[in-house]
Amino acid sequence: MSIGARFPKQDGVAKADGSGIYADDIALPRMLHAKILRSPHAHARIRGIDLSAAEALPGVVATLVGAELPLKYGVIPWTQDETALAVEKVRHVGDAVACIAAVDERTADEALGLVKVDYEVLPAVFTPEDALEHPEIKVNERAKVGNITKHVHLQFGEVDEAVAGAAAVVRETYRYAGSTHVPIEPHCAVARIDADGNLTVWSSTQIPHYVHRELSRVLGIPQSKVRVIQPLLGGAFGGKSDPFALEFCVAKLAMKTGRPVKILYTREEVFYAHRGRHPMKMDVTLALDAGGRIAAVDNKILIDGGAYASFGLVTAYYAGQLLTGPYRFETYRFDSYRMYTNKPPCGPKRGHGSVQPRFAFEVALDEAAEKLGLDPVEVRRRNFIGEFVETVNGQKITSNGFLKCLELVEKASGWKERHGKLGPGRGLGVAGSMYISGTAYPVYPNEMPQSGVLVKLDRSGRVAIFSGASDIGQGVNTLLCQIAAEELHCDPYDVTVVAADTDLTPVDLGAYSSRVTFMVGIAAREACQKLAEKLRAAGGATFAEACQRAEAAEGAPLAAVGGYRTQKLGGDYRGGTIGASPAYSFTAHVAEVSVDEETGIWKVERIWAAHDCGKALNPTLVEGQIEGSVYMGAAEAQMEEMVYDEKGLLFGPSLLDYRIPTSLDTPDLDSYIVESNDPGGPYGAKEAGEGPLHPAIPAIANAIHDACGIRIRELPFYPQRVLKLLRERDARREERAAS
Amino acid sequence: MRPSVFIRLLVNGEEHALAVAAQRTLLEALRYDLGLTGSKQGCDKGDCGACTVLARDRAAEGRGDPILSCITLAQDAQDLAITTIEGLAGPQGLDPVQRAFADCGALQCGFCQPGMMISARALLDHNPKPTLPQIQEALSGNLCRCTGYTKIYEAVQVAAGLRAPAQRAPVQSERAAPSDSKAQVVKEIVP
Repeated sequence: MSIGARFPKQDGVAKADGSGIYADDIALPRMLHAKILRSPHAHARIRGIDLSAAEALPGVVATLVGAELPLKYGVIPWTQDETALAVEKVRHVGDAVACIAAVDERTADEALGLVKVDYEVLPAVFTPEDALEHPEIKVNERAKVGNITKHVHLQFGEVDEAVAGAAAVVRETYRYAGSTHVPIEPHCAVARIDADGNLTVWSSTQIPHYVHRELSRVLGIPQSKVRVIQPLLGGAFGGKSDPFALEFCVAKLAMKTGRPVKILYTREEVFYAHRGRHPMKMDVTLALDAGGRIAAVDNKILIDGGAYASFGLVTAYYAGQLLTGPYRFETYRFDSYRMYTNKPPCGPKRGHGSVQPRFAFEVALDEAAEKLGLDPVEVRRRNFIGEFVETVNGQKITSNGFLKCLELVEKASGWKERHGKLGPGRGLGVAGSMYISGTAYPVYPNEMPQSGVLVKLDRSGRVAIFSGASDIGQGVNTLLCQIAAEELHCDPYDVTVVAADTDLTPVDLGAYSSRVTFMVGIAAREACQKLAEKLRAAGGATFAEACQRAEAAEGAPLAAVGGYRTQKLGGDYRGGTIGASPAYSFTAHVAEVSVDEETGIWKVERIWAAHDCGKALNPTLVEGQIEGSVYMGAAEAQMEEMVYDEKGLLFGPSLLDYRIPTSLDTPDLDSYIVESNDPGGPYGAKEAGEGPLHPAIPAIANAIHDACGIRIRELPFYPQRVLKLLRERDARREERAAS
Repeated sequence: MRPSVFIRLLVNGEEHALAVAAQRTLLEALRYDLGLTGSKQGCDKGDCGACTVLARDRAAEGRGDPILSCITLAQDAQDLAITTIEGLAGPQGLDPVQRAFADCGALQCGFCQPGMMISARALLDHNPKPTLPQIQEALSGNLCRCTGYTKIYEAVQVAAGLRAPAQRAPVQSERAAPSDSKAQVVKEIVP
């Protein structure tokens, strides 16, 4: 049995011995290197660009400005508002202005210093509050009203009545700082054009299909003339799911010069390319009835979007739509504004749109339970939504292993014996969450399959799988080998995977929304099952012999295709399909923290995380997703924040200043896999790559409360913030003692 | 066009003579001049550790200590014997560290791993049976964004012969009814 086995990664050896090829490892004959000039201003009109001195520098081969690529692009068809290079205006510090190709990187860099740009500096807005207050400062012309990218207001049931009649009501404001992905590989793209005008772009992207579409549109050449190939990808986490300036620039410069062109972003440019987690201010009202059941939830959310829409339209929906499990409530309202500001654009980061409201909700739930004297685990158990039910906003939950997740982390952490009893400075906190396994709504509406797989059998017994899906480290190529081995009974090491090459592989929409295992898994299983039937009919002593006999019987080479066809799901209202997924994953965490009450310095000692992934097709890979997610959540709680100065300049866009946890900063992680065997997923599988991030942050906040009685409602939980709350707590205690 | 220096580099036991710009880093020379693209550039300023290689004096024994090739000038590396990830495997195949990283799921995207494995190799060369805190200390200069480090520790321990790879079995959940009686009113979804 191959499914469920701890099969080592298909590309593990190539990654272990250094032979694997990532985008920057590609070198082509006569290749040029290009660099992008970036704006020093947060908001300015470009009156002119003088390239003459740069063009005169020996070694400079070609230049490019925005007017040469004026068409606007973006993944979401309704909010295309970006150009490869600024056309009339720059909208954030680091916005791309011009691009220069030269014989080597240093020459291109030197030439950037010779470009003269005449800027008329404009007033800028840096907070969503300012963006609302100053509609006259128009950050992005796509906004129909003021600086609003998207406003969503949805109400289910009589919220105000339910709140008025509740036994315990929490009304608090929670703030989530923006963070960014920090894949260790910086973005890189290489383009080549052949004599027939066919363009090939190798890019470190997690969405080759959308890059393919947008390159064709912006460059004005047919999609059939554009080929996008994703080499090995050095981490993404959502940070490589937009088309970026570099892909358009290398392509256009290759067309202009006839030579291959490469752009490798510096680490600083990766920070300005951003698309990270949106900062959110969340005004939460959460009401419980006397039995501790959730009576109503009312969220008002203000989202800081940055200068471009990116996936922001979806963010504004996800901020509300993905909160309606694993707990049941029948009255719910959310109101979210995603605002344009003069900062690098935010976008989808692991747990897109829902990590922030989940933090607020799970802390508020603890606060409300405290008012009723209820145990935090018990209140979550009591509100469990169940299996095969519909949520208040019309999402269909199928399998649901949340209770088992909760039970596992409760036991593993010794919750009953230890919660509330660890003494000053040490505590436990719990939180839960749910997340989508892909979305039933393709980004651009169409009736074609979201994912396709082609499997071909050779008479040697070699299996070749052609898949458009992006292996971004999560291991989908390995799962494809396992599925082939499971269905065809071939050796999983005799499988070649050809992936993420738009000329050779069927379309897959990309590695986002935790859709890959679910959708590609179904497509691959379908294709393999068609072939397995023919092999069974043919028979043979070995797999190769069966392939030969089946091919003889067929009178043609053996191949089959499979697809994932989009289901019609979601509520019957505007936006009801956003957040609708064929299956939802569930997670529960318990975190243990220690807090030094003298200094406010605190530490996550351990996190127990249990995740319902439906079925672990490969437990090693699933554990890797859980552990990586928990690490990333804990990192956001501890230290990560995109900090800007009053002119929109990033404070320390480097790995030294924007700190991510080292091995010494990362807590002990203890992962548990729960299998609820989803009836719709491939072999019962659901997602595992994003869901397990969510509860880490509120579990830590709730543990800090258990340790020292303070409620921290703003991320990151910097020691100085903790210390301030500790002092306020002490002042309250003294006041009480005095009176 | 640019001022060049003629240098000699000893990498993975092979002597190379090359002309490079004076400011060429060792990482650039390895990757772009010698085609040894296994060493990675994650930040180009010594923060992430993806470019880590082993270096020792040419006259010394062993493989030496980890250095950051992105903040070492190529011309300053001439007295060193360098080992990159490509030089870790021997005629018998992968180094036990490489084998364990591949087997334990310590590799996700794989981009930080060449540097990580080099640091792990250096640790085990000096301390064949490290404790967990010693492993954490030794790898603290190599940033990984995928794994949460858990399976990396496991791989180092497996390579050192201190443990077998993890085997915790998944837990099955029973079909669960809603615990709130009110939720019974919602319509059943037929799977």
